[in-house]
Amino acid sequence: MNINKNIAISETGFIFNPTTGDSFTTNRIGNDIIKLLQTGLEPGDVISTIYEQYSIDRQTLEKDFGDFMYMLKNYQILRTDD
Amino acid sequence: MTKKNLTVAVTGLNNIDSPGPGIPVIRALKESAKFDVRIIGLSYESLEPGLYMHDLVDKSYQIPMPPAGSSVLYDRLEYIHAQEQIDVIIPNFDSELHNFIRITPQLKQLGIATFLPSQELFESRHKSVLDEFGKENGVSVPKSKMITSIADLRDLDEEFTYPLVIKGKFYEAMIASNLEQAINYFYKISAKWGLPIIVQEYISGIEVNVTALGDGTGRCIGAVPMRKLTITDKGKAWAGIVLDDDELIDISRRIVEKSKWRGGCELEYIKSPKGEYYLLEMNPRFPAWVYLAVGCGQNHPEALLQMALGERVEPFESFTQGKLFVRYSYDMIVDIAEFEKISTLGEL
Repeated sequence: MNINKNIAISETGFIFNPTTGDSFTTNRIGNDIIKLLQTGLEPGDVISTIYEQYSIDRQTLEKDFGDFMYMLKNYQILRTDD
Repeated sequence: MTKKNLTVAVTGLNNIDSPGPGIPVIRALKESAKFDVRIIGLSYESLEPGLYMHDLVDKSYQIPMPPAGSSVLYDRLEYIHAQEQIDVIIPNFDSELHNFIRITPQLKQLGIATFLPSQELFESRHKSVLDEFGKENGVSVPKSKMITSIADLRDLDEEFTYPLVIKGKFYEAMIASNLEQAINYFYKISAKWGLPIIVQEYISGIEVNVTALGDGTGRCIGAVPMRKLTITDKGKAWAGIVLDDDELIDISRRIVEKSKWRGGCELEYIKSPKGEYYLLEMNPRFPAWVYLAVGCGQNHPEALLQMALGERVEPFESFTQGKLFVRYSYDMIVDIAEFEKISTLGEL
């Protein structure tokens, strides 16, 4: 599971896909998740890192993380190798 | 470097909500590093905004509407040439190209250069024969059929399923969900653009477009893809963004190269949810958004001008990513004397 290579992500949370022309904005947590995924971390490790950084219960985090991954895939930001 | 002085006549000055490509082409030429151009605007109506854009258009003349035919057009251009010594003409409307192509040899004799496809090539990409064009050039095309009557529309049941697209021979397309809508659109479009009407299979997906330029020998000089971000009620782009899509560029290059396209063109595609590209139309002139290509480092109108003058142009190899265009409307205040002049004398 990787962020597509040509996706541009700014510090402000602006995400741009030059292949489709789509652009999105995300909040700070979303930006952190994408940056962690870009480093090659597995989803489980990303959840653990976010859990350590933010005050949130693990169950809510895992559910929201799953929704966020689905959204990233749907918008062709995230590539799954399967 | 000294710029070469040229007088270039351009049509398509209708910079309205469904804009002609004339003004973007002129902007591109005015920004040329190679040419210092004097622009002669050729208009069909007295309220084409380009007529009054004196910072872009140096002198304007009205020309006869396309149905008047090529000989009337030639007479008018001969007169304009006697006044202005035109070096190159760049026509920008689908509906006028037939006439311009026909008089190309005569224009050449006058010393006016053009860079247009042959009549045969022009006809080969026509909406009514796009199926064959797709097969010859290795690109998928939605199934389409040319019809001339409501009876033909009623007989489509076995070949097509709704929704389907009802298209005019030059402009406009509407999506019909059932026979009643199809009949309604048939009348609407045929009243405006005449017959035949083209019926096309509806493919769902994202519309993407490419502005391209061919040198007529099988080389694609440039190709820049764009996706519309804001669309007017007429389906025209009001904002668009350049795409970094190698597959789309490859397909477009292949079409221009295999067909040996000569001149500017716009390739309109649908990208299906599976990522397949279907060519919907190949328009035989630059699109109204061609200035985006200039903004990305490919000045297609300048390259076309060079080729019209017989110069060899090397293909553009890349373009700048991350650029978008945003259109705007702007009210010019025009003196009635100018409107009177173009309306009565046909010159401004």
